[in-house]
Parts: sequence; structure tokens; C-alpha cells
Amino acid sequence: MHTDTLTALSEALAAKKVSAVELTETFLDRIARCNSELNAFVTVAADSALDDAKRADERIANGSATPLTGIPIAHKDIFCTEGLKTSCSSRMLDNFIAPYDATAVAKLRDAGVVLLGKTNMDEFAMGSSNETSYYGPVRNPWDTTKVPGGSSGGSAAAVAAGLCCAATGTDTGGSIRQPAALTGLTGIKPTYGRVSRYGMIAFASSLDQAGTLTRCAADAAAMLTVMAGFDPRDSTSLADPVPNYSACLETPWNAIRIGVPENFFDDGLDADVAAAVRDGLAVFEKLGATIKSIRLEHIGLSVPVYYVVAPAEASSNLSRYDGVRFGHRAENVDDLLDLYKRSRGEGFGAEVKRRILTGTYVLSTGYYDAYYLQAQKARQLIANDFKEAFTDVDLVVGPTTPTPAFGIGQKVDDPIQMYLNDIYTIGANLAGLPAMSIPCGLVDGLPVGLQLVAPHLSEERLLKAAHYFQLETDWHRQVPSDFA
Amino acid sequence: MDWEIVIGLEIHTQLATQSKIFSGAATAYGAPPNTQACLVDLGYPGVLPVLNEQAVVMAIKFGLATHCEIATRSVFARKNYFYPDLPKGYQISQYELPIVHSGHIDIATSQDGFKRIGITRAHLEEDAGKSLHEDFHGQSGIDLNRAGTPLLEIVSEPDLRSADEAGAYMRKIHELVRYLGISDGNMQEGSFRCDANVSVRRKGDAQLGTRTELKNLNSFRFVEKAIEIEAERQIDVLEDGGEVVQETRLYDSDRDETRPMRSKEEANDYRYFPDPDLLPVVVDASVIESIRDGLPELPDAKRARFAEQYGLSEYDADVLTGSADLADYFERAAAAAPNTESKTVANWVQGKVIAALNEDGLEIAQSKITAAVLGDLLEKITDGTLSGKLANEVFDAVRSGEGSVAEIIDERGLEQITDASAIDALVADVLAAHPDQVGQFREGNHKVLGFFVGQVMKATQGKANPQQVNEALRRLLAE
Repeated sequence: MHTDTLTALSEALAAKKVSAVELTETFLDRIARCNSELNAFVTVAADSALDDAKRADERIANGSATPLTGIPIAHKDIFCTEGLKTSCSSRMLDNFIAPYDATAVAKLRDAGVVLLGKTNMDEFAMGSSNETSYYGPVRNPWDTTKVPGGSSGGSAAAVAAGLCCAATGTDTGGSIRQPAALTGLTGIKPTYGRVSRYGMIAFASSLDQAGTLTRCAADAAAMLTVMAGFDPRDSTSLADPVPNYSACLETPWNAIRIGVPENFFDDGLDADVAAAVRDGLAVFEKLGATIKSIRLEHIGLSVPVYYVVAPAEASSNLSRYDGVRFGHRAENVDDLLDLYKRSRGEGFGAEVKRRILTGTYVLSTGYYDAYYLQAQKARQLIANDFKEAFTDVDLVVGPTTPTPAFGIGQKVDDPIQMYLNDIYTIGANLAGLPAMSIPCGLVDGLPVGLQLVAPHLSEERLLKAAHYFQLETDWHRQVPSDFA
Repeated sequence: MDWEIVIGLEIHTQLATQSKIFSGAATAYGAPPNTQACLVDLGYPGVLPVLNEQAVVMAIKFGLATHCEIATRSVFARKNYFYPDLPKGYQISQYELPIVHSGHIDIATSQDGFKRIGITRAHLEEDAGKSLHEDFHGQSGIDLNRAGTPLLEIVSEPDLRSADEAGAYMRKIHELVRYLGISDGNMQEGSFRCDANVSVRRKGDAQLGTRTELKNLNSFRFVEKAIEIEAERQIDVLEDGGEVVQETRLYDSDRDETRPMRSKEEANDYRYFPDPDLLPVVVDASVIESIRDGLPELPDAKRARFAEQYGLSEYDADVLTGSADLADYFERAAAAAPNTESKTVANWVQGKVIAALNEDGLEIAQSKITAAVLGDLLEKITDGTLSGKLANEVFDAVRSGEGSVAEIIDERGLEQITDASAIDALVADVLAAHPDQVGQFREGNHKVLGFFVGQVMKATQGKANPQQVNEALRRLLAE
């Protein structure tokens, strides 16, 4: 039962083949047995999860259930959850109990999900391997010596290992798609502004977007239908009406044009991963898609642009952690400056400090024009490349990551190598486009992801393409043998 | 050596919105500490700012009233620095693209009549909270009620050439924001405060001298005093062969001196960048036009109209248009007294009404004598029902809540005796009772006329119409 899709469990609940309480107990039992090995959850909310489940069973009984009622899920620990610790996997917020629910959390709660707990992540979502967490690294269920990817690594590991049915994540430069690829899951980062950022602790505000990690595209559609929508508390959320993404999957397939950025298949891409991606493209071809080569002229700038823009925004966003009102406060301080220095020095980990320093530098007088403004211009060029590509193709498809999961500790001392992990995913964030990663093969027993990028607000097209791919393949049904 | 003082002012005026500029928390003054600060004001993890459109409308009103350009697209930026009363570690302000720029306002000057002062820009920003350094035993208390209160920062060109001009400019802006209803202008509560950039140069020099910035001047008098003292200080420094250091200085009103403040923090690099949480503010031309149509009559226009329409002196027009409420009071009183000279209405408003308000500590809008009541009372003088003296008595009685004008006249029997035959009879009685004085009058001692008037008034408790009494006395004594 723990490896069933959300869609299957939803049907089982509706048919009363299983109760929400039984389902919840099953997953809580999975967590109790497996979490110490994986370190996927940082907080398990067993009591409140069972309360959620009882309420869900009542709704199922009285006919007020939604497709998500009774579904046990987990939230990345970046989403504020009222009364529950929300740490961002940072010592800084180790003591922080959020006094309110993030909008996405509230919407899912209203739909009747069961919240099992909060998942581990890279500290403040800064990382690509889940090794920057204050609570220690998460292990990849496919090979526990490997990383699950990051920053939504806890969510990815939890779903992949069957510790929850679906999980939320956030994606600033690939933080949903990259771990989805590395753990054999379906991950979606919607259009920037599609899901409210209210209550989602900010890393880089102009790039952050909430999404999901699930077993398949249909599950993602069910989650996103609930999470998406305008929020008056987030000025950058989009007012466009939200379609029923689940319903759109049922519409007939129409042949699409797929653009493949040839510059994604250069030396940096692992040959076996490249082969798996080509196989994935062949599946689309079999479905009647036209495949054509495209060039995203400026995509090579995306990593350097990202590592100017994201740290700049982060350096400002993280200024509120000053030890004054909440979070970690150093003890026995001499004066105000000492309070700031030591609270922040003790509260933040090395990667967070590196990005705050980088961001502070690029915004400083004398560097702002050379770095920040220049990066904004390059960002526009990258967005224009996609825009132009989409005049000719319906989707841009390629690899999600250069390699399958790498070893824990393998890249921690080389930030540049670590940053290059997101080379294919960052473009969609810089351009604000919806993007997905779906499993398309295994290399040495480790999953490989296929990335799909669509035009602004084309989540329906994206999900439908992924869904039809998954009707033709069973990569998404593979589960790591130790957690089957 | 002749020196010229060059001054530019940055005025921070708190906008009179119900809620804060980026949150729904109330802005009312004086609440217990931290009771008007929501999660957004506290800078909690995950919260986001949402712009209060009322603040934008108010900024546009100011811009239109000062002949400024209104930016159809303006941008909020983050000004980054650490301070405990700045919860997010940055202040949301406008930097490169302010909502209002390039305008002017005219001030009255003693020499040339008026002078045009350039307004460089006016931008929207949020206020910080307050740090309280007393009563916390070596620690500081933080009150975030004020955090997120909307401010309009109005920056002038360095066009001001004396402390008096600076004071006049500040008063003019103060009057304007209150007229526009965009600020209560309350200086005690910090709703209207000012920083002054001051430099001096030798008369005729084209280049500006090094300036200092005087922070947080919260009264007109302090602005004038601080500028005077600071300009004198700079001139002394230069005349002694020294150099003015560019720095921020504080004015100490107790010692009447300025002194440097926090030189260490001067090195702050605020690292401004556009706030990614807020979209650019895009204002449609049609919105600007509808705001323009809704603007009230502005002080200069009103002043001119008062002089013209009511035939008032420049001085009276100036006093009566000092605030929109006072002007409105005058106009309603004048309308309620259509047969009374406008000058009389003006005198009563400036005299009796304002004196009463001062005594009661009330604003004109709260006057116990409404404009309608004043008009009614003045009409009673005009039509001869009341003497001026008795009108004063009625005014005081209405003010202390004893009843309406009519009730008091009635109850106290204050109505003037104007019936000619009744007055003739009264005068005849007085003359008959005082044959000696009648004799003196007829011998040429006309001073006794006053005695007779006094007797008639005594007999009527002052209610007899004095002109009529005089006229009857002369007539009857001549017989």
C-alpha cells in the first residue's frame, strides 16, 4: 500500500477499502521503521496526523471528501505550519514554531490531507544534495550511500521510500526537479507565481516556487489543482484561474512539437544519462511528437546568473534572522553588534554564510552594476531564448541533471561542482517557466530524470505530456528494492 | 565676507491611511507597545508585503498639488541595514524610480513676495519601529507599532537660502498635506518631521559647499533654530581656515547646538535593489486624472478666492485659510449670516471663536459654537435683536451648554427694546425723575447726556437700543 500512487489510494479511500486512519498508521509505521536510516523527516506529527485522519474519515463518511481527503503527505520544512516546528533545516530556526499556516499548507489542509510531518532539506533550501541541513544529510533510498539531491531531498526520499504518499517541495534553481530525478519521482515546479509564496520561507523571492514530489503526473495534477491559485497575501501570485489539472489529463493526446536543446548534450552530461534521455525522447516520438533540435543561446549563462541573483535576494531575505524576535539568539552577548554577529554566526551553516557573503558583495556600491544589473540583463536574454523557442515548439525536453545520484560527501568541498548540478534546471527558474522532471531510465540501478519545460502557465500541457509518457512507460513505477 | 546659506529639506510625512503600507495592521497612535504589529510588521519568516493602494493615491495627490510628474511606473526597493527596530533587516522604500518627481511649490517671502522652491521627488516608504532605551535596566525595548506606517518622503531642491525660508517652506508643505487630507501633520506624534541639508558658500560662488545633515527636526522652530546655529558654525569653521566635514548632526534644543552623531554608521552601504516581493506600481493616466478631479481647493487658490469673494484683507484671508477646517468654518458661518458683513464674521471667527477654542483646547472642527450657531448669532446683531455686548453673553451661554441662541435670548429676556414709543416713555420717565440734570443740560452741560443714557440702560438692564435712546433723549430735551 505504501508504494501506491495518490490516485490509487484516493480511490481506495473513496471505496472504503481502507480508512484514512489505517492509511495513516501504515505510513507512520513506515516512518518509524525507516526514517532513522534515511533521515527524511525532521518532525513527525503522529498525534495530529491521526487527528487529521479521523476528520478525513468523517468527511469521507459524510460525503464532503475531496480527492485529497485522507491522503498522508509531508511538507518540506520550509512551509510554515501552525503550531509545528518550521526550521528550514537550520539551527537558526531550530526553535521556531510557526504561528500560522502557509497558504499552500492551508489549502491542502482544507482539502483534507493528513499531514505526517515535515521533511529534511538543505539549510534554507541552499544546496543540491541535502548535505547542508543542520539535521544531517538525507540518504537516497535507491542507494543509501548516495545523496537524494536537494534542496527538497527529504521530501524526495520520503516519497521514494514510501514514508508518505506525496510531498511538497520548493524549487528555486532545481530543488524539486533535481531530487525527483535522483530518486525516480515526478517533480513539478509550476510557473512562477502559480502557487502562493505566502508562508513559504523565502530563499530567493524572484525564483522561489512551490510544487510537488509524487509518484506520477496524475498525482502531481491532483495536488497542484488544490495548491495553485491567486493569493491576496502574495502580490506576485498570478490571478489567472486554475484549471482542474486532473481533468485535463483525461483529454485526448494531440501531437506536440518537442524542442531538444542540443547544447544540453555536451561534455558535462554523463553518457549513460544522455542515452536514457534519448530513449525518453523516443517514447514521445512513438506517441507522435515531432522532435527537433533547438539552441538556447544564452543558457550557458544560467549558473553564473543564478549565483548572482539568488544570493543577492537571499542576503536580504535572511537579514531578519538577527536574534531579536525569533530564532536562535546567542547567549551572554556584550552588545548589539555582538548579538547580531554571534546569533547569525552560530545560527547559519557554511553554505548559507557563503551565499549571504556573495549576495552582499554583488549588491554593494561599485559592484551592483557589474554583477546584479548585468545578471538581470542576462536573465532577460535567457527568458527571451525560451520565448523564442516556444514560437516553434510546444515543450523543451532534455536531461534534468548531468549525472545520477552522487555519493554523500563527494562534492561538499567543491561548491562549483555542486552548483553545476543545476545547470539544466536553473533556466526555467530564471525565466519563470513551469517545468517537470519525470523518470526515464536507470543507470547502474540509479534513476535518471527527463526534464520537460513549457511556456508560461502551460501546466496542463506539461502534465498531460508527462501523463501520456507514463502511460507508455513504467520507470515511474520502479521502487527502490530495500523500501519496496 | 558675505556668506550664502544653502538648504534642502527632506520632510517625512506620515500618511493618514487606516492600515499600514504593507500590512493590515492599524496605524492609530498611542496604542500599548507591540499591539499594532502583525506578523508582516514583525518580519516573520514566510510573510510577504502587500501594497496599500490608499498610500499610492495619497502620494499622487501630493504630486498633483505640487506640479510634479507622476510616474506611471515606480518601483519599491529594499534599503538594507541592521537595527533592532527594523524587523526585516531592510526598509522597503523607493530609490531609483519614485512615484512623484520634478515639481515645485511657492512660498511667501518678505522681500520678493513669493519664491519658487523645487521639489526633487516624493517617494513612498515604510517607517521603522521605535527603540526605547529607558526603563529596561541597561537593555532596550522595541515597540513595533510604528513599523510599516506609510511615509511620504518629500525631498526639496537646495533652493532655500535662509532659516526663514526653510521654515516657510516646511509650513507650506505642512499646510498642504493637511489640506489634501493625506496627513494629520501632528508633529508631537512624529507624523511630520524633517531632515535639513545645510551648507554655506561665499556669495557669488557657483559651487556648493560641503553639507551636513541635521536629523529629526520635529518643529518649525527647531528647523529654523537648528539651521541658523549650524550655518553659523560652518561659517566659523571656514573663517578659521577649517573645513566642513560631511556628516550627520543632531540639534540639541536644550543647549542650542548641533553635534555629530554616529559617525561609525555613516559608512553604511544600503545595498538598494528592487524588492522582488512587490510588483512595480503601475498607475494608469485615467486614474491620475480622476485623482486630479477629486483634489480639494488648495491653500493659495482659497486665499485668493477669500480676498476676492468676501472682500477680506490679505491678512484675514491668510489667517482664515490657515487650515481647510478653519476656512470651511468661516464659509459656513458666513453662509448662515447672509445679511452680516463678511468682515464681521471674520472678526468673530478670529477673535471670540479662536479664543474659546484655545481656552477649551479644541480643534475648530470640534468647536462648541458651530458655524451655523455663529451665523445665527451674528444675524441677531445685524437685525438689531442683540447688541454686540449681549451677543457676547449669548455666545458664552451657548458655549457652556445652556441652550440655543433663541432659548437664551428668550430665557434671559435679552431681546433689545427697539419699540420707539416704549423708548420715548422710558426716556420721559428718566427726565422727569432728574429735573436738576435736565437743568444742567439746558445750561449747556451736554456731558450729562451720558448720565441719562446710563439711567435708561439701568432701568432696562441694558436692553434698550442705545442709538434709539440717544436719539430720543436729544429730541425730548430739545422740546
